[in-house]
Amino acid sequence: MSETSRPKPLPAREAVDEYFIENRHRVLDVAAFLDRLDRSGGDWRSDYRMAALVRAIGVLAEPGAGRAQRIQMIFSDPTVEPKPKLDQKAARGAWDPASEKGA
Amino acid sequence: MDYIEMHAHMVSRTTDDYTQMALMGCAAITEPAFWAGWDRSTADGFDDYFRQLTEFEPKRAARFGIKHYTWLCLNPKEGEERDLARAVVRRIPKYLDHANVLGIGEIGLNRVTRNEIETFKDHVALALEHNQMILIHTPHLEDKHKGTRAIIQALQSFPNMDPARVSIDHAEEHTIEMILDNGFWTGLTLYPQTKVSVARAVDIIEMHGADRVYVDSACDWGHSVPAAVPRFVMEMRRRGHADSLARQIVWDNPIAFLGQCPKFEPPVSAHAV
Repeated sequence: MSETSRPKPLPAREAVDEYFIENRHRVLDVAAFLDRLDRSGGDWRSDYRMAALVRAIGVLAEPGAGRAQRIQMIFSDPTVEPKPKLDQKAARGAWDPASEKGA
Repeated sequence: MDYIEMHAHMVSRTTDDYTQMALMGCAAITEPAFWAGWDRSTADGFDDYFRQLTEFEPKRAARFGIKHYTWLCLNPKEGEERDLARAVVRRIPKYLDHANVLGIGEIGLNRVTRNEIETFKDHVALALEHNQMILIHTPHLEDKHKGTRAIIQALQSFPNMDPARVSIDHAEEHTIEMILDNGFWTGLTLYPQTKVSVARAVDIIEMHGADRVYVDSACDWGHSVPAAVPRFVMEMRRRGHADSLARQIVWDNPIAFLGQCPKFEPPVSAHAV
């Protein structure tokens, strides 16, 4: 599809007016989740999923478009070779670098 | 707005869901074979499931004025067990002449293992041997990018594979480009958490256009929303997009893709835009 035939997004001011409140809510939810983890007293930062999430949060403040795609790749398995056998039935949301070391 | 639900596992949904979908304008459903949430132990179990998809479920849908189609396979979640997969693949051909069978699906990969890839290739070979269309499941979450790339490579190893007759479903921001650039159709699956939201789906349409793209709910026994496609239409309107564009994605594109199967009968819309 050519650039001209792609549907145009809302103008920025209209998009902010329409979507600000719900995204304010989402950011506060993430902040409260991290506060909850801190209050738990445990070492949550060493969990590979949370390490990926913290990196992803950093992307939110970066300039330029493509944040969603960059965050997707932070969570993604970057390897190419198929696994020799099934390790677990379900995905967990973030790639565990340790899983490759043990493979 | 009338719509076609391209991916719904109605065997795990209630009669109330059928009622709501009919009220919202759902005219047809395509139901891929999937994982029941636990592993079936025998090929006989799949025979029963395929009979449910080809005999029972179409009648259940018809009570609500919804046309029911299906795709048959052993789902990627069970693809690691090669002996079982081979046994199931051998049984599929006897169902392919059923009036509501559109092709082979949803095949694909789960954790991207060697065995899963071999089982996937067995299904692709079966589809091509019987001139069937193909519906593909791409892996979840962290496995999606690697798995989508592996699926495309495996498909392209078949010289007689026509990408125009293959849909690679569950695309997201990081996979849609490789799918569309290689000539395949794709679906954006609207999930509460683990795939794309309606807002992100509209974003993806704004960035990549609507050619060879549809949306689906993939409603099943997990966290999923049978009303997801109408909610996508609402989000399109919220962004100011024309109803004709929304209709292309939820009606015209599904008919264009599915219409390549001679058994697919385009439903009649009561609300043409």
